[in-house]
Amino acid sequence: MKLKTIFLAGALSLASTSVWAACAFENDVPVKSLTAGFEAWKAATDAMAECGNFQASLDQEFKEKQPEAFAANPALYQIGGVANETMIPLLNAGTIRPLDDLVEKYGQNLTPNQLIAVDGKIMAIAMMVNAQHLMYREDILADLGIEEPKTYADVLAAAEKIKAAGVVEYPLGGTFATGWNLAQEFVNMYLGEGGNFVDDDNMPTINTPEGVRSLETLKAMTAYMDPEYLVSDSTYVQQQFQQGKIAMANLWASRAAAMEDPAESQVVGKVKMASAPMGSAAPATSLWWDGIVLAKHMTDEQADAAFRVALEGLDSEMVQANNDAAVWLIPGYDVGPLAAGAAASAENGARPYPASTALGILHSEIGNGLAAYLTGAKDAETTLADIEANYLVSAKEAGLID
Amino acid sequence: MNSRTFAAFVGPSVFMMLLFIAFPLISVFTQSFYVTQPVYETVEVETCTPGFLSQTCEIQRKSIPKLDEDGSVIQETRFVGLDSYRNVLEPERAWKAISSLDWGAFQAIDFWKALRFTLTFTLFTLPLVLGLGLTIALVLNNTAKMLRGPVIFVTLLPFIITPVIGALSINWLFRGDGILTALIENLLNRDIALFAQAWTLEILMMGYRVWHVAPFAAIVFYAGLQTVNSDALESALIDGASRWQRLRYVVIPHLMPLIVFVSMIHLMDSYRVFEEVVGFSSQGHVISLQWLTYDFLVPDQAGNRSISRASASAMLTMIGISLLLVPLLRRTWRDHKGGH
Repeated sequence: MKLKTIFLAGALSLASTSVWAACAFENDVPVKSLTAGFEAWKAATDAMAECGNFQASLDQEFKEKQPEAFAANPALYQIGGVANETMIPLLNAGTIRPLDDLVEKYGQNLTPNQLIAVDGKIMAIAMMVNAQHLMYREDILADLGIEEPKTYADVLAAAEKIKAAGVVEYPLGGTFATGWNLAQEFVNMYLGEGGNFVDDDNMPTINTPEGVRSLETLKAMTAYMDPEYLVSDSTYVQQQFQQGKIAMANLWASRAAAMEDPAESQVVGKVKMASAPMGSAAPATSLWWDGIVLAKHMTDEQADAAFRVALEGLDSEMVQANNDAAVWLIPGYDVGPLAAGAAASAENGARPYPASTALGILHSEIGNGLAAYLTGAKDAETTLADIEANYLVSAKEAGLID
Repeated sequence: MNSRTFAAFVGPSVFMMLLFIAFPLISVFTQSFYVTQPVYETVEVETCTPGFLSQTCEIQRKSIPKLDEDGSVIQETRFVGLDSYRNVLEPERAWKAISSLDWGAFQAIDFWKALRFTLTFTLFTLPLVLGLGLTIALVLNNTAKMLRGPVIFVTLLPFIITPVIGALSINWLFRGDGILTALIENLLNRDIALFAQAWTLEILMMGYRVWHVAPFAAIVFYAGLQTVNSDALESALIDGASRWQRLRYVVIPHLMPLIVFVSMIHLMDSYRVFEEVVGFSSQGHVISLQWLTYDFLVPDQAGNRSISRASASAMLTMIGISLLLVPLLRRTWRDHKGGH
């Protein structure tokens, strides 16, 4: 009896994977993917699965597995999901394949904007962009007669008014969790001030007046935030918004859809997406892209199949079904109000995240070193000098500098 | 037993100990003196990334690792002596801070900051675990026979829970407007943020550890209580010894070897405090030595890890534990010799 149930279940699951309704071709080469686990990847890999013989691993720790899995010969996954920075280790190790021939053969529907080229060779196909931009409670700001904040001075002034009015628990939210998130906040500010992170010889260049200004802005913001800001990550800020506890935050575009989800959010229709506030040079944000790469260690036949499967996952049909899951770069995307913030930031001249091996190290060191300034244990110059010193030690150990 | 039989019995476990304890240790020890790194070259690369509507292409000078003809990264390993230890300990900076009596500057160095917390954590939780463990054991011992089974089961529950899961649940109870924080806020009628400063976090972490391991101490002591000589207790009673005197002069001396045992296990475990830092995401305020080692090992987004410093930090942790255990080991050794 029990055995029969198992057989039945097996047959059913086989049946469901062998429905290739929405896929243009029938894939007979086994293909596997390893990507991050957020909503957009789920949508894309679900669409890839429609071609059959496809197995997706959605893993938030993908960046730890990917370099090793792609270095294996044959590679353990054929398709990889990467972003600006996570492509670097694969590129450095030479474990991903140039895609020019495949793009020529199958990529008629890709836009030039999607093709990530390194040194003249197409190395990845981007599917979406992501950036942190201003989200604010339109109702609250309108009630208090506050204009849409354009700079951080505006944001702080608005926060002061909201605090005085006492309409929400904390005027500001921020992804200030120690580590990667906090460092990303600094990266945004520093790009906004027009700073550069390392020079041509990989020496750090953050202990500058721009760096100090960035730190001061971050600290000024914390006065209006939940005092537990050092543990607040993107999900936490998203929930603060959804529960009506905060009025403004510089949050990821990929979280915008959650504000409009009536199952979770108490502020449906009240959150407006706007450009990231301006620093003195550019919007205080960085543009990220997410996309796919193909492993180098596989046969041409596999690469062919993997590329076709991947494109099925990144087609207009998928985008139309999941329009609000991300700011898609794929044709067929209907640019709605949720994408307005990312679009406005890009229009105002937001810079791409300047991914490199050196910034990888520096980003980690900033993440570890910044909290000491915010808690008041160190002043701004000492904090930046210490981060630079730690960077030098790490970069030396990594072999990046002598 | 002749030596052949002895070797046949002991051999497998010696082999296992070499394989799983000695070799990894030696390997970590060696790695802490070497640095393995790729050979970089600097090239000009044009990179194109998507904007919202059109692409941005930039020519940048980038450092990329050289590849050999098989397409794998060329690595070179160099002997660096004590450099990795120096990078972890930062002795010059630490000494400068100590000689100018600047506690703030001293605590700005990761290793010493982590050591300060690790030692505080270890030394504060030890007496609490022993005290609470003994109390629970005495309570168990005085519980009616019928209830004893269920009560033991319930007391053991905290010990059964996976440490990280336990820490996370406590985290959620107290974080932001968690149930318990909201309750305390209601009672005290003021706003409370337990995750906003170091000292409240430290108390939470220590409280969690005591809650988690006291049942282990309790169950060991409870077993010990079963073998207390009842004649000695009875004669103490006849001599008019109070409850406290019986505990102090009969029960505790009897339990002493067990107390030493529990202390040793606890010192070793709590010096490696790690789950609390992760579970409470306290790294913005408080870090521990084991977390420092872990942080060196975690690759950043560009895939770099600091294996050498992680090895050095792991060796330093081991040395720290050994130093802490010396007084207890000496005591055991003395008792052992005295017993013969």
